[in-house]
Amino acid sequence: MVEWTEQERSIITGIFANLSYEEIGPKALVRCLIVYPWTQRYFSSFGNLYNAEAIRGNPNVAAHGIKVLHGLDRAVKNMDNIKATYAELSVLHSEKLHVDPDNFRLLADCLTIEIAAKLGTAFTADTQAAFQKFLAVVVSALGRQYH
Amino acid sequence: MTSLNAKDKNAVKAFWAKVPGNEEKIGADALSRMLAVYPQTKTYFSHWKDLSPGSPQVRKHGKTIVCGVGEAVGKIDNLTAGLLNLSELHAFTLRVDPANFKILSHNLLVVLAIAFPTEFTPEAHVALDKFLASLAGALSEKYR
Repeated sequence: MVEWTEQERSIITGIFANLSYEEIGPKALVRCLIVYPWTQRYFSSFGNLYNAEAIRGNPNVAAHGIKVLHGLDRAVKNMDNIKATYAELSVLHSEKLHVDPDNFRLLADCLTIEIAAKLGTAFTADTQAAFQKFLAVVVSALGRQYH
Repeated sequence: MTSLNAKDKNAVKAFWAKVPGNEEKIGADALSRMLAVYPQTKTYFSHWKDLSPGSPQVRKHGKTIVCGVGEAVGKIDNLTAGLLNLSELHAFTLRVDPANFKILSHNLLVVLAIAFPTEFTPEAHVALDKFLASLAGALSEKYR
């Protein structure tokens, strides 16, 4: 089981309490689709993803970014049992969506960059450590049910 | 690993033009984050007295690294040839596991995102990510 210090818990809940989902969600997904273009393979039904401008302006991408970010809320509320919390979502991503779990890490890195850009110097090394630890646990949980 | 096209090279050079004068600040921050977020990297610095963020050794080494990256920007048209000496250093003397190049690159990108939030667009990000990956490849050339 993952151990969290009080400081780590407070850092994670603090980040999400002050998060603008409508702003950061879309930006993180847009960044992922541009920086790691092979991730576009999962969004062929989203319409125009032909270039950076199209991706930025695509309402399906924006909506999905917000949805994915809200998906992290469950982990924030259940930090002591993230593995069980995401069992169902893991099966969904494996059996139905067929997402290569390595992509979870790529999106997590893009989210880290967006949060860093938003928080600026408030995103200290300790904050980064806690946030990346949290995302690593989420990513691991999402990859758990693949076989 | 994809090679850099003209667009990538121009994007990297344009972005890196903001760095001169800030090498120590950026390098120290990136190095400190790496040591804090990926504690296994501390194993390479067991000979340092002080691994804390503001320490003179962290600041000096951070500056060395970022200046090195800057030099690589200048040699962007042939990284493998241009970084031959540095590759030999990392391969035979330092023997840094190449996996760590990715880790340091990530932290460098985080620092650049914080320092230049508007300019570190996804387009700049992808160019720099490709460049740092190429740099890491060039540094790994002499390993085996």
